[in-house]
Amino acid sequence: MDLSADAILDHSRNPRNVLPLPTGKGRGEGYVHHQEKNPACGDEITLSLQIENDRITAVSWSGTGCAISQAAMSMLSEELVGKSLEEVEALPPQRVLDLLGVPVSLRRMKCALLGLHTLGNTIRTAKKETLQGWYELLEKAGL
Amino acid sequence: MPLDLPALRQQFPILHGLAGNHPLIYLDNAATTHKPQVVLDALDRFYRADNGNVHRGMHGQTERATAAYEHARSVMQQFLHAEHSDEIIFTKSTTESINLVARSYGRTLQSGDVVVLTVLEHHSNIVPWLQLKEEKNIELCWVDCDDGGNLNLTDLDRFLAEKRVKLVTVTGQSNVLGTRPDLRTIIAKAHAAGALVCIDAAQLIGHSAINVAELDCDFLAFSGHKLYGPTGIGVLYGKRALLKEMPPFLGGGMMVGEVFPDHFTCADPPQKFEAGTPPIAGAVGLAAAIDWLSAIPIEDRAAHEDALLQHAAARLKEIPGLHLLGPWSKDLPLTAYRLSPSSILSFTLSSLHPHDLTDLLGKQGICLRAGHHCAQPLHRRLGIPASTRLSLALYNTEEEIDRAVQAIKEIQKTFH
Repeated sequence: MDLSADAILDHSRNPRNVLPLPTGKGRGEGYVHHQEKNPACGDEITLSLQIENDRITAVSWSGTGCAISQAAMSMLSEELVGKSLEEVEALPPQRVLDLLGVPVSLRRMKCALLGLHTLGNTIRTAKKETLQGWYELLEKAGL
Repeated sequence: MPLDLPALRQQFPILHGLAGNHPLIYLDNAATTHKPQVVLDALDRFYRADNGNVHRGMHGQTERATAAYEHARSVMQQFLHAEHSDEIIFTKSTTESINLVARSYGRTLQSGDVVVLTVLEHHSNIVPWLQLKEEKNIELCWVDCDDGGNLNLTDLDRFLAEKRVKLVTVTGQSNVLGTRPDLRTIIAKAHAAGALVCIDAAQLIGHSAINVAELDCDFLAFSGHKLYGPTGIGVLYGKRALLKEMPPFLGGGMMVGEVFPDHFTCADPPQKFEAGTPPIAGAVGLAAAIDWLSAIPIEDRAAHEDALLQHAAARLKEIPGLHLLGPWSKDLPLTAYRLSPSSILSFTLSSLHPHDLTDLLGKQGICLRAGHHCAQPLHRRLGIPASTRLSLALYNTEEEIDRAVQAIKEIQKTFH
């Protein structure tokens, strides 16, 4: 996979939506937060979503890790504001791969999908549902 | 005597294949090593001619299998210079060996007893003790290291003086930094305070001569597959007197004396700790690997690997933004370093995450490893989330190092 693809380099160096949470409401109040890690290697993403009337109204995230994981989350974060929870939950893994725009080998799949995995479990946290594990996510991706 | 590298490499079929379109440049030997033809032949021969179950039955195949298995046990005994062959237990891995000590010897510990470990440890020599802590409310005390990877033995002194330390468990060689704790000193201190010592020799075993009688360690664990042997086989060495008193680990056939509806009696060690059908072929393959390895003098092996490691460190230092971890991070000549690192070095690259680097290297057939290498506490101590590791075996060459360094340089240029 071509890590030097411009889009991936750009997003990993200048990740979008890595913003401090607004102070006006009391830091983080009204947001739901969740963190996921890639246990094999230490990639990590913490996502904060503001959800109003079952719609995402603001996104902020932070993370450390490889270019694929951070770029994928950055690209995904641009797709979220204004969407309903239903729409977001229906985002398939293929959407992330399309955003990355390069072939992703099997060994990098968890890196590429870490953002989506975090997103899914942030929403489940908001809805007070059981969190989903990696196996379930990968199964849905047909992997 | 310098190694005849071409002749040695010739014995490893996998080195002559291709990784995709590229020759295989395998520098991930701390993860697992490749196998010489004699080991492959031994495995094949066992299943073709000697296969049977051990210690059971009265027919010829049982006899052949048992002879092969017990011969392997005596090969381990001689290799480690253990006094008795019943001090050698076959397990499936280093991890299982350490779990055996934690669950068997560990069962004799009381709430408030202390196990001392170090920040250099691999998770296999951490998690079983964390589990024991949960179960038995023992206390874990951690020996720290400096940025060079040297243990602060003053921490150990303090724990031994102030606490009820029952066991000190320590690696013989860090799987990240390649540094070797001063085992003799640690064992002397521990024994003087009435504590036992368990050694994780997974990395040390392939790169150093070990004499358990001289070292006087109480337990020592290693895996076959890091020593040019097959996967699925490991060894636990334990002093005879200790193994006699320890309760069994796994329960089942072979480790019993008699079985009644309400109780059972144990077999003597080592059978007491070998429940069920053991990895017989694994043991046979490992014995073949050790016979092969022992034919090459340890001085020649160490000289080759040390020279390669120094060469790798010197070349990697040329790369801008590359930071070598541990003992190499200081500008001291290595001879000034108390215990020189061996066969392993790890580094970070400022412009690129280890994952991305090793993925790109992997595409060129160059195999390094990225991540925390099952040593999260060490990475936290060093203040980094992940590193890239280069680890050597006997079949590696200077040319392979040069090609890997060149590839890293080119990748670094693209990303800087």
